[in-house]
Parts: sequence; structure tokens; C-alpha cells
Amino acid sequence: MANQQTNSGNPRVDHEYRRRKSAEEMRYQVVSFSLMIFLTLVAFGAVAMKGSAWFTVPFIILLAVVQVVFQLYYFMHMSHKGHEAPSLFLYSGLLVGLITILTFMTIIWW
Amino acid sequence: MSTYAQKKGFGATVWDFLTTVDHKKIAILYLLAGGLFFLVGGLEAVFIRIQLAVPNNDFVSAGAFNEIITMHGTTMIFLAAMPILFGFMNAVMPLQIGARDVAFPFLNALGFWLFFFGGVFLNLSWFMGGAPDAGWTSYASLAIHSKGHGIDFYVLGLQISGLGTLIGGINFLVTIINMRAPGMTYMRMPLFTWTTFVASALILFAFPPLTVGLVLMMFDRMFGSNFFVVANGGNTVIWEHLFWIFGHPEVYILVLPAFGIFSEIFSTFSRKRLFGYSSMVFATVLIGFLGFMVWAHHMFTTGLGPVANAIFAVATMAIGVPTGIKIFNWLFTMWGGSVKFTAPMHWAFAFIPSFIMGGVTGVMLAAAAADYQYHDTYFVVAHFHYVIVGGVVFSIFAGVQYWWPKIFGTMLNETLGKLTFWLFFIGFHMTFFIQHFLGLWGMPRRVFTYLPGQGFDTANMISSIGALFMSLGVIVLLINVVVTSVKNVKVGDDPWGDGRTLEWAIPSPPPFYNFKQLPLVRGLDAFWIEKMEGKKGMTPAEPLGDIHMPNASFLPFVIAFGLFIAAFGALYNGEHSWAIPVIVIGLLVTFGSMLVRSVKDDHGFHIHKEELMDDNDKGVKA
Ligand SMILES: [Cu+2]
Repeated sequence: MANQQTNSGNPRVDHEYRRRKSAEEMRYQVVSFSLMIFLTLVAFGAVAMKGSAWFTVPFIILLAVVQVVFQLYYFMHMSHKGHEAPSLFLYSGLLVGLITILTFMTIIWW
Repeated sequence: MSTYAQKKGFGATVWDFLTTVDHKKIAILYLLAGGLFFLVGGLEAVFIRIQLAVPNNDFVSAGAFNEIITMHGTTMIFLAAMPILFGFMNAVMPLQIGARDVAFPFLNALGFWLFFFGGVFLNLSWFMGGAPDAGWTSYASLAIHSKGHGIDFYVLGLQISGLGTLIGGINFLVTIINMRAPGMTYMRMPLFTWTTFVASALILFAFPPLTVGLVLMMFDRMFGSNFFVVANGGNTVIWEHLFWIFGHPEVYILVLPAFGIFSEIFSTFSRKRLFGYSSMVFATVLIGFLGFMVWAHHMFTTGLGPVANAIFAVATMAIGVPTGIKIFNWLFTMWGGSVKFTAPMHWAFAFIPSFIMGGVTGVMLAAAAADYQYHDTYFVVAHFHYVIVGGVVFSIFAGVQYWWPKIFGTMLNETLGKLTFWLFFIGFHMTFFIQHFLGLWGMPRRVFTYLPGQGFDTANMISSIGALFMSLGVIVLLINVVVTSVKNVKVGDDPWGDGRTLEWAIPSPPPFYNFKQLPLVRGLDAFWIEKMEGKKGMTPAEPLGDIHMPNASFLPFVIAFGLFIAAFGALYNGEHSWAIPVIVIGLLVTFGSMLVRSVKDDHGFHIHKEELMDDNDKGVKA
């Protein structure tokens, strides 16, 4: 039901359209792939510089979040149609998980 | 082709159920096993009430009492209420969305057998050196120090049955997202399907915290780790958090399907469209979301601090709003409808005031400052029994009466059904209403006895007599089931005459492929719409064609049985030399049969078009 469907009766038009779409898709993937390699290098660089941990740790986490977004949206096609239910559940799970972590870090006495 | 039509021997029927992947038969298995555990849990409840009927009683010892209350709670929640609701979901939800089965029939069977073996394992503790005795919440400060193997049975049994529940929940989610019939949009789904969907989502998010908690507990108890051992730097409060992050959503996992069942019954027997359908859906989803942000209201007295207490108190009270929306919608559904007081409608009608009373005490308990007074008294016991019995158990009785004809093809006796209702309804309020006051007068919960002359004597006696009435109600239901099965008077597609949803458009019980042709859904209450236009059945959405069905398989049983064996090994690890080999053998059985499943191609079979047409000509209802 939720799968993508080709909605043109003419196979040729459809084919052309999909070719263009795939080429575009490919470009995005290459761009995000090189970005991901770049971000990984930046992360290593940040650690190698031996700066303050108060900068390095949040910075690396931020880079990690960006990488996850790239991974999900460009490599696992979450930006495409028909992925509404998976994204809903992904974000709900994330919410529940983050609330748990938040409470464990704030209201449990160690 | 039709194995259904042939008379089968007893052995063949048993083998059929052991290997079935048909959602309707798995539903019957869930109802049977859940019903059995319900009787066990009910018997434990009766023992509790006998022990507490008079002061200074010695019907059971203090230690046995702890075991009984622990097993009563654990059995009722995990092995009775949830599986019985799973039974209804399996029996009805695929029919309501116009599907031929759930998305993963094999996994469906696996989920059932995991639940079943987990439940059996847990209950075997009675015969193998003592049941768990740290309460159904099994707080680590008690559980870690509990002697014997009781807690180990709890940890391993719940781990196995929890796996089954998780598998079942995911299966329902995928089914509802992917297998709806043409025209069945989300906003045309019957409310029972909607609540199944949200409850399954809650299972998906709530069971992993429980799994984590149980794993940590298992390591503490069996392998000498110190997650909860304060003397070695552990923290017992972590268990409480993990347990209640699961435990509070669990309440909604139970009560949302109950709301769904009542929504169906209200609109069917008021012969009216459910009032405020979209607000009902909205309220269901909102309750699901809020359900994850309130768990610490079970822990106000652990010392979370005033800020945390205030946040969780307000969030808890907020849940009253969507619940209130639902209550008003049910009332407005009845308002102006031509209400038929059938037995299911009796339960639905009585559910409203009973559940509201549980809700009101819930808001009282949510006021953190006041909770310091109520905490660990009988007031809390009264509160959650009003919610769980007044909401969930009522819905189970209502659902049994309402869907019995669809599941078994015969109609339960209405008079006996109403007798069950009155006995149980009176008994329920008699047992639990007085417990509010027992709590306010200062009787602590989970005590095995009390001294005379503290003002608790009469109230406890009244409470125990109420339990007798509830037991009589259940016995009348059992008689009803036997009488109905012996008489065996078959009924038609729509035995209530007022069916609105798709399950009433097909024979009772449905043929194993459910729908010969998938139905075309043209709005909410799909079958009702067709009936109002003078049609006999649904308009098909596809031409008659071959139907693909999955093969039966014995593997789900074997996979679950392997874990059952391995659990005994884990239980006696370090005590007996055979423990490790038993673990290995059990896991080999499980993973071996999983391997068989992966490498053996099983494409299922087709029912051919001609066979389906034959059925039609002869007028045989499969
Ligand atoms: Cu709660």
C-alpha cells in the first residue's frame, strides 16, 4: 500500500523520468558521501588538536547527529514518499529514549 | 481442499492447533491460555481475600502470602489480561481491516508460543521450590535478597513471554500499516483497530526498558553483578525507573484496547455512528504519547525532588483530558441512539461509572503532596483495581460475549451473560469500593494479616464477600460456555443484527482465507453503509482469483520450547553440573529450528479460483 508506484501508463515517459530521478539521487548520494568522509576527518582533527573537552565532546556529538541524518535521509531514502510511518516511529522512539536519558541524568541520585 | 469441512479426530485437532499460523486459531489459543491463567490468577485472588477476611488469620503463612500476591499481579497483567486482549486483536483486527491474515503469520504463532512457555515457566515456580515473592513490581531492594529461585523464575519467565508480546505487537503494527483493504484509510479504521495500533506502538517502546531491567536483574541474581546492589555502589532506584517506564505504558497497553472494545459495543448497540470519531482517534494517540511521560508518579515518595514531582504530577493529570473526551463521546453515542441492552452493552454501560471512579482516584493519587498519604495503602489497591477490573476486565467479559459468535459460530446465552454481569458487577464494587476507605483509615497494602480492633475487621469481611460474588460470576460464565458449546446452535454472518464493521460481513466463524474477494471500503462502519443501501454484503474490490496462503508449521512451537529448556539451565546455573549443558541444548534447539526456517524454502500454497467457486455453488460455508 505504501510502496512507490509509477503512475504513468506510458513506459517510455516513465523510464525517462526515473532515469532523471536516479541521476539526481546519485548526485545527492555522492555529495553526502564525500561530506560524511569530510566530517569524519573533522572529528578526528578535533580530537587530535587536544582542545578543551568541553568543546570537543559536544562538537563530535553534533557531527555524529549530522551523519545520522545523512545516513537516514540520503542512504536509507527516508526523504522519499512512503516513509511516513517509519519516520513517525523513529522519532517517537527517539523521544522516548531521550526522555529516559534525561531523567536518568537529572533525578537519579548517584 | 477444505480441511475445515472434514470431521477430525482429537489428535488431529491438537496437531492442527500446535502448528497453526492462522490468526483466528491463534486467537483461540490466546483466549484459551489467557483464560486458564485468568482462572489461576483469580484463584490466587480468592486465597488473598480468604486470608484477609478475618484478623489474625493463618490460612496461609506470611511467606506464602507474599508469593500469592506477587503471582496474582504478575499472572493477571502479563499472562491473563494482555494475552486475552491479544486474542481479540488476533481474532478481529485483521477482519476489521479486510485482510486475509496478519502480516507475518509464522511470527504470530511464534509470539503465542513464547508467551505460553514463558507463562508456564513462571507458574512452574509453585512446584519447584517457591514462587517469586517481591511483588509484581519486583523492586530490586527486595528482589536481590529474595531467597530461593522465585525471582529467577520471574526474570526468565517474563523475559521469554515479553519477547512473545513484543513480536506480537510489531506484527500488529505492520499488519495495520500495510494490509488494509482497498478504501480502508486510517480515518476509516474501526476504533478497536485504532486502539490495537496505538497499544502495539506502546508495546514496541515500553517492552525494551523492561527487557533491559530484567537483564540487569538476571546478571545481579545469577552472575554476581552489582547494578542494583547498594553495598557495592549499585542503585536500586534504577530498577524502579526502568520498571515504571515500562509499567505505566503497560496500563495503556491494557486499557486502550478495552476502550476500543467498548467503542465498538456502544456504537453497535446504540445503532449509531460513534460520536466524535476523529476526536476519539486523537484522544487515543494523545493518551499513547502522554503515557510515556508520567511514569515517575509511581515513585513520588522515593525522593525525586519537588521539581520532578511537580512535572510528573501535572503530566499525569493532563491524561485526564483525552480520557474525559472519550467518556463524553461514549455518552453522546448513546444519547439519541436506540439503545439495545444486550449483555455486552450491560458491561459497557457499567464500565463508564466504574472507570470514572478509578480515574478520579487516579487524579487524587497524581497530586504528589497528597500521595505521601496514600502511598502503599489500600487506597492504591482500590484505585488500580477500579481501573484494571472496571476498565480492562469488564471489556474482556464484554468482548467475549460480543465476539463469541464471530470466533466460534455460536451465541453465548444472553440471560446467563446478564447473570454473570450482575454477580460480577456487585461483587467488584463490594470488594474494592470499601478498600478506598481501608486505605484512608491506614491499612497498608501487601500485609498478610492485621490485628483485631483497628477498625479494619468489618470492611475486610465485606471485601472478601465481594470476591465470592465475582467468583460466582466467573463460574456462571464457564457454565455458559459449556452449555453453548454443547447445544452448538450455529449462527449467521451478523448474529447481533446491528454489526457495523467488516468482521460481520463474512461467515461466523470465517473461512480460513477470511475474504473470498477483498472488500471495497467506502467509509467508516463499512458494512453498515452497505446495509443501509440495501445490499446484502460488501462490494468486492477485486475479481475472484487464486488466494495465496501460508503453510502450517511446527517450528514456532519448537523455537519457543528451546528457550523454555534453556531457562531451566540458566535457573540452576552454578548449582548443578548439568546446568550449562541444558542451556546449550535449549539454545541449540531454538537456533537450530531458526536455521531450518531460514534455509528451507516454504512458499505456502494457493487456493485455486475453481475451488472457491465450488464452495459458492454448493452453499457450503467453508
Ligand atoms: Cu502510572
